[in-house]
Amino acid sequence: MARKSYRQAINEALRQEMERDSRVILMGEDVAGGMGAEGEDDAWGGPLGVTKGLMPIFGRERVLDTPITESAFIGAAAGAAATGLRPVAELMFVDFMGVCFDQIFNQAAKFRYMFGGKAVTPLVIRTMYGAGFRAASQHSQCLYPLFTHIPGLKVALPSNAYEAKGLLIQAIRDDDPVIFFEHKAMYDEEAEVPDEAYAIPFGEANVTREGEDVTIIAFGRMVNLANEAADRLAKDKISCTVVDPRTTSPLDTETILETAAETGRVVVVDEAHPRCNMATDVAALLVQEAFGDLKAPVRMVTGPHAPVPFSPALEDLYIPSAARIEAAVRELVAGS
Amino acid sequence: MQLSRDELVRAYRTMRTIRAFEDRVHEEFSAGNIPGFVHLYAGEEASAAGFCLHLEDRDNIASTHRGHGHSIAKGCDVRGMMHEIFGRKEGLCGGKGGSMHIADLEKGMMGANGIVGGGPPLICGAALSAKYLKTGGVAIAFVGDGASNQGTTLESYNLAKVWNLPAIFVVEDNGYAESTASAWSVGGSQLDRAKGFGMPGHQVDGHDFFAVHEVAGEVIARARAGEGPSLVHVKFSRYYGHFEGDAMTYRASDEIPRLRKDRDCLELFRKRVLEAALLEESELDGIDEEINSHVAQVTDEAKAAPMPTERDLLTDVYMRY
Repeated sequence: MARKSYRQAINEALRQEMERDSRVILMGEDVAGGMGAEGEDDAWGGPLGVTKGLMPIFGRERVLDTPITESAFIGAAAGAAATGLRPVAELMFVDFMGVCFDQIFNQAAKFRYMFGGKAVTPLVIRTMYGAGFRAASQHSQCLYPLFTHIPGLKVALPSNAYEAKGLLIQAIRDDDPVIFFEHKAMYDEEAEVPDEAYAIPFGEANVTREGEDVTIIAFGRMVNLANEAADRLAKDKISCTVVDPRTTSPLDTETILETAAETGRVVVVDEAHPRCNMATDVAALLVQEAFGDLKAPVRMVTGPHAPVPFSPALEDLYIPSAARIEAAVRELVAGS
Repeated sequence: MQLSRDELVRAYRTMRTIRAFEDRVHEEFSAGNIPGFVHLYAGEEASAAGFCLHLEDRDNIASTHRGHGHSIAKGCDVRGMMHEIFGRKEGLCGGKGGSMHIADLEKGMMGANGIVGGGPPLICGAALSAKYLKTGGVAIAFVGDGASNQGTTLESYNLAKVWNLPAIFVVEDNGYAESTASAWSVGGSQLDRAKGFGMPGHQVDGHDFFAVHEVAGEVIARARAGEGPSLVHVKFSRYYGHFEGDAMTYRASDEIPRLRKDRDCLELFRKRVLEAALLEESELDGIDEEINSHVAQVTDEAKAAPMPTERDLLTDVYMRY
């Protein structure tokens, strides 16, 4: 099996699904790049080159550059999905949801319910999230809890290249609107990725390791930090289960409850701000459904309730780290 | 454009059905029988009928919160609509949408919309589908004068232009966005906006079915021919308030009686076809009678029909979850 980057895995998923189904089209700002300009065609392939090389294969009819007009093209993707296409729209940074959220949460998400089950909206919105790029407050947020909150949307958070390919293929084949979150700090991270197309089902968590002392439930990029922390803890004979829920909607509550019951101690790791995020959601689930199984209070490791700062000195303090996860686990073990 | 006898009858039936439907909804709402918000289209019938008479099921429209007229003109089932407005299980949307979300995608009706300016981006998508799948279809966004000032609408003008989409934007200017006069709220003019985006723009008297129908035919043919989007500014007025229950204290006291007397689209239509001897008065009266009785019947049925139950509460959130 070849090692591929998160970027390559996403590109490959898009290419294979576009080859399979002519109704799959891409649209977004600079997804090819150079539209109307005199220089190279396919000049960008998205701001970080994730869709590079697709326009020369599929043409501008299927890889549509848009003006900077998120409301219009995200809405157009929703409208096209409701009328026979399977669009993959790129919302460059999830922070830009502020200028197009109505088309996502009031339109695409609600068609099926509001129209009495008659609408099918196979829409994928790919979007970059997360801190670590020194991109400051308006280009570094997580925001997936906001989308997770909306009935009618599905939300995927691939934690590595293998996950990214399989979850994106599932997202494209899925008949419901899916928001697909790509962590911008992970595009160069590599994993073993099969060449053939494969889909990873939504709502089925991946248990990346099994242990006896503490269960760490982590989302998106945080899964890797959790595994890193677990490696270090293992040296001190503290063994951890690490759970990657893969999707926040649907959420695999069964695996979360099972793995929590097995260790009785849970740390939830979420890069998002701590009010109404996935960590609080999982903590609430555990308190309601598994209180009797818990040997200690649930610990949360999250970003702070503050915008993401610019200065590297501050941003490094902002992002949850493997060291913080390790400390939370040690405190839990020491306290019970 | 010369309309056939059948087309004239169809146009009149559509407009009369909308009027009878809205007048009955007004009555039922006033009697406290209808839950929620309703926004009535009475007085504006010539616009929905004038455009939709040119359309087929492959063509899509997106409507507004004032969507009953567009739904009827696009072929939505009147019985299903009335059931929907009463929140009944057999409603067009199973009672989950209500007045503001009536839709029938098989008929190319992509939904009334509770969000002012919600429809135009969706119509860009429907037009993109038509273009990509080569269906020959067009897509029409009806927006009010209020929505004409929303960013979504203006962004959609631009996207439709740069993607050369078979899209049409119909600005239905009934003089008021809620209680605020469009004469005050719209900066510049709708036609100048069309010009600014490089689209043909037309202004038309929305009380005159024949004028609307002619302009609609022109812009729809243009879109079907792959020549891109157009904007039509329809000027007319509504007989009822922004929503039912609106006392309309912002309107001059003689405005509505004057409109009903001089500018009623159904009366103007009758006058025109009778003077030209295209249809007979007894035939038109017969249509009125038949439609009034049909609307009365579906209303009675809706009022007696079963409500959705708890089993329906959580269905159709997803295809599969």
